[in-house]
Amino acid sequence: MKLRKYFAIRFLIWALTIWLGVSIVVFLVRIMPSDPIETMINRLNNVSGGSTMPESKIAAQREMFRVQFGLVGTLWQQYWESMRNLLTFNFGPSFSSYPTEVSFLIGRAMPYTIGLLLGTSLISWVLGNAIGLFVGLNPRKWYSKTLETVSMCVYPTPYFIMALILLILFCYLNSFFPLTADLPNYFSFTPYYFKKLFNSFFLPASSMIVLGCGWWIISMKSLSNSTSEEDFVHYARLKGLKNRTISYSYVFKNCILSQVTALALQLGGIFCGAMMVEVMFGIPGIGGLLQMAVVQSDYNLMLSIITISIVAVATATLIVDLIYPLLDPRIRYS
Amino acid sequence: MLKRIDIFMCTWRAFGVRFKIGLLIVSMFFIFGFIVTVFCPIDTAELSNYMKNMKSSSEHLLGTNAVGQDIFWQLLMSIKNSLIIGVLTATFATLLALLVGISSGFIGGKTERVVMFLCDTIIVIPMLPILIMIASLLKGRASIYIISLILIFFNWPGPARQTRSLTLSIREREFINTALFSGESKLKIIVCEIMPHIIPWAMANIINTILVAIAAESSMAVLGLSSASLNTLGTMIYQARQYQALLLGNWNWIGAPVVAMMVMFIGLFFTFTGYNEYISRKRGL
Repeated sequence: MKLRKYFAIRFLIWALTIWLGVSIVVFLVRIMPSDPIETMINRLNNVSGGSTMPESKIAAQREMFRVQFGLVGTLWQQYWESMRNLLTFNFGPSFSSYPTEVSFLIGRAMPYTIGLLLGTSLISWVLGNAIGLFVGLNPRKWYSKTLETVSMCVYPTPYFIMALILLILFCYLNSFFPLTADLPNYFSFTPYYFKKLFNSFFLPASSMIVLGCGWWIISMKSLSNSTSEEDFVHYARLKGLKNRTISYSYVFKNCILSQVTALALQLGGIFCGAMMVEVMFGIPGIGGLLQMAVVQSDYNLMLSIITISIVAVATATLIVDLIYPLLDPRIRYS
Repeated sequence: MLKRIDIFMCTWRAFGVRFKIGLLIVSMFFIFGFIVTVFCPIDTAELSNYMKNMKSSSEHLLGTNAVGQDIFWQLLMSIKNSLIIGVLTATFATLLALLVGISSGFIGGKTERVVMFLCDTIIVIPMLPILIMIASLLKGRASIYIISLILIFFNWPGPARQTRSLTLSIREREFINTALFSGESKLKIIVCEIMPHIIPWAMANIINTILVAIAAESSMAVLGLSSASLNTLGTMIYQARQYQALLLGNWNWIGAPVVAMMVMFIGLFFTFTGYNEYISRKRGL
């Protein structure tokens, strides 16, 4: 019964978190001093080539957009309306590329973001933890010290610095790779497509992997280092166990737990991390879409992407909290 | 007799090499940002003060950029503004975290649960997209203070959680009970008994938050969403990218802020980890 109560409370917190997060975002947009409808009407009328519409038609257009984007009624009605739409993933049309549906835009961008960030997160997790474990177990060797110093210098630098350096080295000085990603519009199983894909994604992926590794090396190193000083590891050593057994069954298994948690949390947050890499390298993913939405004040698109990322982060936290006691017998549901 | 300077030297020796290197780098940045800029002869935001795209010379240490600004002075002003954002955010976010964390940890009960729930929610909201959204809604009118205010909002919940758990563990110790039974007021216990244990941790948190805040602001700026009239390291990089400094071959323009930022972050991170090392050694962990 204790278990059921724990699950219920955890789900309640999950729902409340999403609700509060989305509410903050919705209110933030409503209280800001710029009108998205006016921006859009101006843009539409500019696009239609100088022929000015009569005032009455513009008024009718304004009214139509207000209804369509849920901007009628009191603040309170608007709030409930948009909360219901956002949480049922019924996002409506996009402002900037009207009348395309927001869900279509997101669906088109999603594979790039998920592919790039999921892949790089997993690769850097495996690589970084392997190196970190190795460094933590042989802390006195010169190569360990070098690796640690390098990762100490790599980790705190913001992502765009790394991206800029790579762009300078491989795109400006030597043109190995294109400056911005250029991908064919449609997916196809041809060597041409895959060559383009590789060219566009090599630099962003490698920069993400290097930066990601920095953190995993530092954290894994300090974890494995402190674990290998523990009494039970000393005992194992005195018992004459093989070095490999000690490092695998005694140190590695104890350290990897918290790293799994951290990985899950990071995977939940990939939509936030996507922005910088996609803008710097011109990849048509979610992050690039979000930046476009922000620049063109496309509130529907912006709200939808932020809602998705809030739901993703909250869900990742929930999953970690529920699974963790299964992985680590020392922790009980309480 | 032990003089004050001896005590200082003893403490100084107890710190590791990493901390010393980090502190040296960070204090260099503070000197450059706050003392050297006092002697700045020009308004760095003004355009076309000099010839465009000049090479380095004794007059212009790093040359000039494509809109006729002196890169050296612009860099120093950027460092100053970035540091102001970092320090403001770090100080106030940490103070708020201490206030909330200690009081909720000490009082407990329903207040604690509500406050911690609020913290959890804010932690879950992704910072960068919302920061960018606010910046775009303000349409480039954001000043240093508004940017700092927004950063403070996102940076207090994490430390508040940690302060709370620290307070909870301290509250269980014997000397707090002794103080309670000997009739000390709660305020005095918080200030005199609990605070001294939390201050070292708070210092470390301030250093870390400076790093996080500067990184967040400059990420925003590089995307072109910070204030256009403000010189920070991020806006400098954005400007250099907008004017294609690389294609012009003006390496100083983009290189200077990139290198400065890298060195600054490494310095801050070394100070942070070195200081943490010192604390944990002092506690005998």
